[in-house]
Amino acid sequence: MTVTAASRGLAVCEVCGRLTPLAEAAHCPRCGAPLHLRKPGSLGRCWALLLSACVLYLPANLLVVMQTQSPFGTEESTLLSGVVFLWNSGSWSLAVVVFAASVVVPMLKLFSLTYLLLSVGRRSVRHRRARSRLFRLLELIGRWSMLDVYVVTLLVALVQVQSLAVIVPGPGIVAFGAVVVLSMLATMAFDPRLIWDVESPPPFPGKSE
Amino acid sequence: MTPIACHECDLLLMPLELSAARSQAYCPRCGARLYGCHHDRLEKILALTVAALTLLVTAISFPIVGLDIQGHYAETTVLDAAQALWREERGLLAGLVLLTTVLMPLFELGAVLWLVLPLWRGWRPWGFARVFRLLRLAQPWAMVEVFVLGVLVSLVKLSHLADVLPGPAMACFGGLMALLAALSVLIDPPALWQAWDAARPLPFAGGALRRFRKARA
Ligand SMILES: [Zn+2]
Ligand SMILES: [Zn+2]
Repeated sequence: MTVTAASRGLAVCEVCGRLTPLAEAAHCPRCGAPLHLRKPGSLGRCWALLLSACVLYLPANLLVVMQTQSPFGTEESTLLSGVVFLWNSGSWSLAVVVFAASVVVPMLKLFSLTYLLLSVGRRSVRHRRARSRLFRLLELIGRWSMLDVYVVTLLVALVQVQSLAVIVPGPGIVAFGAVVVLSMLATMAFDPRLIWDVESPPPFPGKSE
Repeated sequence: MTPIACHECDLLLMPLELSAARSQAYCPRCGARLYGCHHDRLEKILALTVAALTLLVTAISFPIVGLDIQGHYAETTVLDAAQALWREERGLLAGLVLLTTVLMPLFELGAVLWLVLPLWRGWRPWGFARVFRLLRLAQPWAMVEVFVLGVLVSLVKLSHLADVLPGPAMACFGGLMALLAALSVLIDPPALWQAWDAARPLPFAGGALRRFRKARA
């Protein structure tokens, strides 16, 4: 039988990590932060942010990410066609990196978070250690999706020669930036301790959500 | 020793004293990193932070890439790049780029300096808890290493179009990336709080508080 802090009525301070009996104080005696056994409203907030990220994922992939205007005509590219361009021009390793950052990582984040939320909702006891590891992986890799935002930004800033070529940012990159931010916020809202709470649920169910 | 709880699965644990340099303690149940060994770390953190701040300021003020399209020369700094997005009426995106490459890294390094410099001299900095909390909130949004990769990808994309010349800021961003990675290993939140516990309050802070209480009474 494992003993959790919550089962003893002890709350971990989110700011300084100090353990305090929740019966004695509502704020951390060391740093003054409000104390909770679990992040309040974690599941609801995480679901809301995740669903909005999923909704924006479609326009992020379908809409134009950037537009190249030159005397020879206008060329529009999406997230995927940018990867295809890199691949066709011979930069295979870079194409793989960009594909990972702009396609694999966002998909992985959306699917994994859905899986984590569903399994916590079902109070599943299977693969808890693996799910903890998956969550840590999500925290680590989520930021790399910003890659495309930076690439478009630099291209737009550099290629501005009116007579030769002009690159304009499209609506797709705004949607994609929003997907990255929303999915990062969703990961931050998730409380990984919920994965383990099936074994010894906290004694105050109202505060754990 | 006082017990601690794993921040990822809430397991109650008695912390072990780590002696070997660079050793780390992990949670036996979920595998999360709990705390590291910390001896004479504040000085190293301080040195790296000052170096990183210098690099960051240099990286912001110099051009990252130059481009020669058939005689038309163009170059851009991070601020220019954000401004270009702003001109194209992508204000949100410009804000996001500015936030993740300039503002958050600046805040992160400034906050570390604010926290560690007094602790290193044995004093408790003002507003330690508040600054520490803001630092934890800001950290995920400082994305220098992703930006460096973004610069590399755009270099390759542009090399099909024109002659690219890497600017001085590129090397600075590269170095900054390495320093930030080293700092993120060195900065151990539980150790900072232990240092805070051991430090004494700033002399003027206590006096000011006493005077304030007297004035209210
Ligand atoms: Zn606290
Ligand atoms: Zn754990």
